[in-house]
Amino acid sequence: MAVLVIADHDNATLKDNTEKTVTAALKLSSDVDVLVAGKGAKGVADAAAKITGVRKVLLAESDELGEGLAESMEALVVPLMANYDAVLTPATSQGKNFSPRIAAKLDVAQISEIVEVVDANTFVRPIYAGNALETVQSSDAKKVITVRPTVFKAAADGGSATVETIPAPAAPAKTHFVDQKLVKSARPELSGAKIVVSGGRAMGSAEEFQRVIDPLADKLGAAVGASRAAVDAGYAPNDYQVGQTGKVVAPELYIAIGISGAIQHLAGMKDSKVIVAINKDADAPIFQVADYGLVADYKTAVPELMSALTAAGK
Amino acid sequence: MKVLVPVKRVIDYNVKARVKPDQTGVDLANVKMSMNPFCEIAVEEAVRLKEKGVATEVVAVSIGPSQAQETLRTALAMGADRAILVQTAEDLEPLAVAKVLKAVIAKESPDLVVMGKQAIDGDNNATGQMLATLLDWPQATFASALEVSGNKAKVTREVDGGLQTLEIDLPGIVTADLRLNEPRYASLPNIMKAKKKELAVEELASLGVDTAPRLKVVKVTEPPKRSGGIKVESAADLVSKLKTEAGVL
Repeated sequence: MAVLVIADHDNATLKDNTEKTVTAALKLSSDVDVLVAGKGAKGVADAAAKITGVRKVLLAESDELGEGLAESMEALVVPLMANYDAVLTPATSQGKNFSPRIAAKLDVAQISEIVEVVDANTFVRPIYAGNALETVQSSDAKKVITVRPTVFKAAADGGSATVETIPAPAAPAKTHFVDQKLVKSARPELSGAKIVVSGGRAMGSAEEFQRVIDPLADKLGAAVGASRAAVDAGYAPNDYQVGQTGKVVAPELYIAIGISGAIQHLAGMKDSKVIVAINKDADAPIFQVADYGLVADYKTAVPELMSALTAAGK
Repeated sequence: MKVLVPVKRVIDYNVKARVKPDQTGVDLANVKMSMNPFCEIAVEEAVRLKEKGVATEVVAVSIGPSQAQETLRTALAMGADRAILVQTAEDLEPLAVAKVLKAVIAKESPDLVVMGKQAIDGDNNATGQMLATLLDWPQATFASALEVSGNKAKVTREVDGGLQTLEIDLPGIVTADLRLNEPRYASLPNIMKAKKKELAVEELASLGVDTAPRLKVVKVTEPPKRSGGIKVESAADLVSKLKTEAGVL
């Protein structure tokens, strides 16, 4: 069987979600090709060709593919599926946007956000925001799968696959790209960050949230997150929200400050490698999942943490 | 303009899902059920379109057991005009839901479908995209802003690292993300009024749609438990442990 992996990139750089998805694909088959769909993305295709275990890289370019239009992605991938038994896409917002279209067109189920490949037909995926794990077996001839990249190790570089250019589909008639505004932040993106510093309702105001959380995050090179309570109270913008209805993160280090640990929030961060909780309430549920808990008022604990980090050379 | 809003009855987002001891699924007996939070946002957006005079009718649709009527009543109390329940005891996969919605849309001919980006039980995030594909309608997913003028919708979408704006020709499908709006609470008078609004019940079988599952659930298990760790005495102690013990700094 042959497997197609759809690369995650921004037309300039290949993102490591791709290497992670290749790792998942290699558990299905040793015949793994990577599709780079974009605009001016030859450099991305060359980078994908270096991933160990990749047989071939397909490169398709057009304006609409560069803009990531779901209709164009589907029109590109569906005919290619004549040559593949499965297509794996990293479960980014871009991947989630187009992958179900491929499944619908092929009249198969999508197996969403897998975290484990049991065998070529059987996969494990989180449901109920990770409060349960579902093992599903697919009876479809072709598998359309999205992969939660955070749980797979990135495949190493060292390959030398060929890059083959393929034609791009016609532009979709009913969807028109207007513009794209990417946040130019010195901070890493929340869903892919190695360290996340999150603040909760204890902050009490948006000013206090920024005064306390932002400098700590910047010191650690971390992304900033927030609990739903903090977002609902207007202390942090909506796209900071970590939790069942917000973003699901799994960084190396998650630091929760003044967050009590509602189920809603835990669902979004409990797969983090190391969890630190700072809260003055020793009975806060967040301590039940924290590897390191510090029972203290953030008002004294965070400045102390800042100086301890400076002393440690951070 | 007619707006159709599919809604799903799910476990309340504040309730912790518990896996059944026999590993066949999640225990939903005697658990508080509510409208899926993203569906609530979709209903709110449709009602706002009506309040702005853009939409003339808002129709809520649910596919599920007879108790899903409560969910539809919530949508009616929020301001939807009428509701349709496609009744089934089966738990349908997204592809099947999309096929059922396509059949409902063939009868209702809405100009716009606004729906949640994902349900918080199955977490598939697929139905809207699949429905758009089956209908060959344009899609704009993960919407954080929606502006309808004439037969076009301008949709701001949450993408990785920022926002993208698309314009789609109607009829089309828009899926709601968290930032689109803050859903209202239905007032008591509106809850009373909702009881008198039309709620049609149709059996799934009468639609003649293939809803056979494509995935077999082998088992549903608890995720590995995370045990609480240790309490540290000070910030300095914390930094030293993160550095030497955990190796994450």
